[in-house]
Amino acid sequence: MSDSPLSSIVATPEQMLPGGWEMVVGLEVHVELATATKLFSGSPNRFGDEPNINIDPVTLGLPGALPVLNKKAVELAMRIGLALNCRIQRCIFHRKNYFYPDQPKAYQISQYDLPLNADGHLELPSGVVIGVERAHLEEDTGKSTHVGGATGRIHGSDYSLMDFNRAGVPLVEIVSRPDIRTSEQAREYVSELRSILEAIGASDAKMEEGSMRCDANVSVHKPGTPFGTRCEIKNVNSIRALGRAIDYEARRQIDIIDSGGVIRQETRHWDDAEGRTHTLRTKEDADDYRYFPEPDLVTVDPSKEWIEEVRAALPPLPAARRAMLHELTGYDVRSEAVVVAVERGQHEYVKAVIDAGGDPVKALIYVTQAFAEAGASPAVPAADIAALTLLERDNKLSATQAKTVLAEIVANGGGDAAAIAASKGFEAMDTSAVEAMVDEAIAADPDAWAKYCAGEEKAAGAIVGRIMKASKGKADGKVVSAIMQSRRG
Amino acid sequence: MATIPTTASEIAAAVASGALTAREVLEAHLARIDEREADIHAFNLVTADAARAQADAIDADIAAGRPVGPLAGVPIAIKDNMCTHGIETTCSSKILEGWKPPYDATVVTRLRSAGAVMVGKTNLDEFAMGSSTENSAFGTTRNPLDTSRVPGGSSGGSAAAVAAGFSPVSLGSDTGGSIRQPAALCGVVGVKPTYGLVSRYGLVAYASSLDQIGPFATTVSDAALITEVIAGHDVMDSTSIPQEAPSLVGAVSQGVAGMRIGRVVDLPGGAEPEVSARLDAAFAALAAAGATIVDVTLPSLGYALTAYYLIAPAEASSNLARFDGVRYGLRVNAVDTNAMYGATRAAGFGDEVKRRIMLGTYALSAGYYDAYYGKALKVRRLIAQDFEKAYESVDTILMPTSPLVAFKFGEKADDPMSMYLCDIYTIPTNLAGHPAMSVPFGTGAHGLPVGIQVLAPALGEAAMFRVGGALEAAAGGAQ
Repeated sequence: MSDSPLSSIVATPEQMLPGGWEMVVGLEVHVELATATKLFSGSPNRFGDEPNINIDPVTLGLPGALPVLNKKAVELAMRIGLALNCRIQRCIFHRKNYFYPDQPKAYQISQYDLPLNADGHLELPSGVVIGVERAHLEEDTGKSTHVGGATGRIHGSDYSLMDFNRAGVPLVEIVSRPDIRTSEQAREYVSELRSILEAIGASDAKMEEGSMRCDANVSVHKPGTPFGTRCEIKNVNSIRALGRAIDYEARRQIDIIDSGGVIRQETRHWDDAEGRTHTLRTKEDADDYRYFPEPDLVTVDPSKEWIEEVRAALPPLPAARRAMLHELTGYDVRSEAVVVAVERGQHEYVKAVIDAGGDPVKALIYVTQAFAEAGASPAVPAADIAALTLLERDNKLSATQAKTVLAEIVANGGGDAAAIAASKGFEAMDTSAVEAMVDEAIAADPDAWAKYCAGEEKAAGAIVGRIMKASKGKADGKVVSAIMQSRRG
Repeated sequence: MATIPTTASEIAAAVASGALTAREVLEAHLARIDEREADIHAFNLVTADAARAQADAIDADIAAGRPVGPLAGVPIAIKDNMCTHGIETTCSSKILEGWKPPYDATVVTRLRSAGAVMVGKTNLDEFAMGSSTENSAFGTTRNPLDTSRVPGGSSGGSAAAVAAGFSPVSLGSDTGGSIRQPAALCGVVGVKPTYGLVSRYGLVAYASSLDQIGPFATTVSDAALITEVIAGHDVMDSTSIPQEAPSLVGAVSQGVAGMRIGRVVDLPGGAEPEVSARLDAAFAALAAAGATIVDVTLPSLGYALTAYYLIAPAEASSNLARFDGVRYGLRVNAVDTNAMYGATRAAGFGDEVKRRIMLGTYALSAGYYDAYYGKALKVRRLIAQDFEKAYESVDTILMPTSPLVAFKFGEKADDPMSMYLCDIYTIPTNLAGHPAMSVPFGTGAHGLPVGIQVLAPALGEAAMFRVGGALEAAAGGAQ
């Protein structure tokens, strides 16, 4: 992370923390690349296998074994760089020397002063632009399980089990500039990054499986003054935890400074159950990694042709997908429905419903509401959803009825909306019948009506509830409120 | 039993033609090993049974009329820092004692496909760190020409094996002179090819950017033959040069008429007068054979040793950090895991290895990198530039291989600096990544052999072998 003394990026008044403090956050996100094999050997890159089967002399760092760079990993890393508007450059690998049981060579092959991707940026759906300092290639470590002892850490454990299946899996570390000013932006950044990584097929980016991991560098200062001392927060295992950890850490630092203390540069561990961070190691304990150029590998110098080939093959990125949904539905690119649909990769399905003649807005809303768990391509013919949107649009079904029909279509993996509606006895109520019901409801609850007439909008709920109950959901909510408003005058 | 030829090419021809069986050739060499190995100790391990099985398989191929490789039935000794599948590979270090690699080094695979028969794994200075083979954890190797003297190092076992006739050819590795210096001290031919010409896959790393595998032989032609077999691109080594193995044997007899041979006018001193005299004789012989002697300068050469003793230990400190007693080799149990690491390394590594690990760790440390490792890399570039400039006016350069003939045991073992100075003429080519070879050229003090070193630019092996062949011819004529 670069330490520019004075930043031009300043939190808005509503983003400021109490007491005039501003948080400054930079994120280091590690993603495992979706290659078939490891970064430097032919062993499979596969999650969830029986321990120690995806290994070979290179993975185990056996004497005499040598790394050979996986071209596909470079290509996927280049995709990431291009998607993040980075400069792709001639680069080399370095050895990062540190001794730990899950690191069989006692060094990690990584990139240091010449990363593959440099100086990019990511524009978030909210419009905020976060600088990306670098996105470099490196190898993952093995996985250690420390058995016995109180902490689950190596010290005090009875024994440790090593699984080298993950050792040598290709990673890209994406380092943001310290441009993030709120925990919400941090969550948005990681969430957008995840969408991009999935969209370009670089990684499955699952934080819960560890294929995407996030460390946060957090400091606080008052705008116009140099950045404060930062602490690195590790063990953040979900986007929600990221937001909590950053908020906690900023508060912790402000409390220390407010009470006359000084922030020590250190690495801190986020405990999600306790909701707090604690010291993992201080700067004084930090390893000296003794970086030096990896003599077993040669310079990687992607040709212009290769870079352009990779760029040309990139699919539309989430921002373009949001723009497409905006074009189709008129919904703002930052609206929740658009953001959610793209995050889940359901934009193509929404488009298919619209292409099948569906009402665009209802198509977007139905898909995001009904298919929260169904992934990118729900197993329901788009035409069936399209038909349903038309029934509602043409007031042949109330919103509530349409919802019921939608649930049935989803549960059955498809179906004829009109037939389902008919089988449930759903039919549009004529307006005079609804008017009669409104009158009945007003008579039954004059207090609520009086409050509603006095401008208390919440009071409408009681009236509407009565009508829906009486009509068994057949009354169209929109028609009901229109009648109520005209009665109120 | 028919007379066994002394060169690999003659053996291969005799075996391929059926004049000799591979088994006969092997048994003759095993008999020599039986006779003198107790005295010489060239080997950490003699693989007689595996060798017999391999020789018999070759004989079966020949009997059945199946094609055989260019080294059919040629016994070869392999330095014990190259991995051999299922056969102990120790690097002459206690820390690797008992380790049987699950794979073969690429050179081992290539030799086997060419029909060579491995007779054993040869002794070395622990992890190839040394110039006398006295740093072996498994005892010293004696120079077959005078058993009170060292064979040189670090590939002392491989040099001694050829000098003693245990095998006509052997493989060594050369990081700062570890093939050429023992070749000179044992009176045999030793070749360090261009960095990247021979795959390092399966060579246990000492200093990865400098290590290179090459042959020992009794003739320049045999050395060229082995180089041809082991050279060529290997996908398992990213630093391997992506081209086919060159043809080299033909170059050996081409002569040097019209070639320009460089004499380094600012060569660092320290060579014994007899060694310098042999160098002068070599220039005279080449001039007589039609070459032109041209003066060149290599002003940065004096800094090579210092740069080497920063770069090589730095890489070694990283390469050797994996030896921790957990996954293979020695383990010395202790109260907890951390204590086990310490106890294993304390018992497993010898003094010279520990010294270089400490030197290298220090050279790479935060705050010292620029002053030591960084500066050494700059010197390395300067040396390469010096050579580049020199090779604008010459085809090859001649200098001594070693400043001294073979010295007595213990003479330098307690003084690392004087031991390091043994490599003053060999180190520069490793830093530049160039090829160089040592050719025996008469004798010096105590009637011990002197090696003359032929240096060439990157991938200049053909020119190097031409000069090597001419020196050999001249030396033969002089004897």
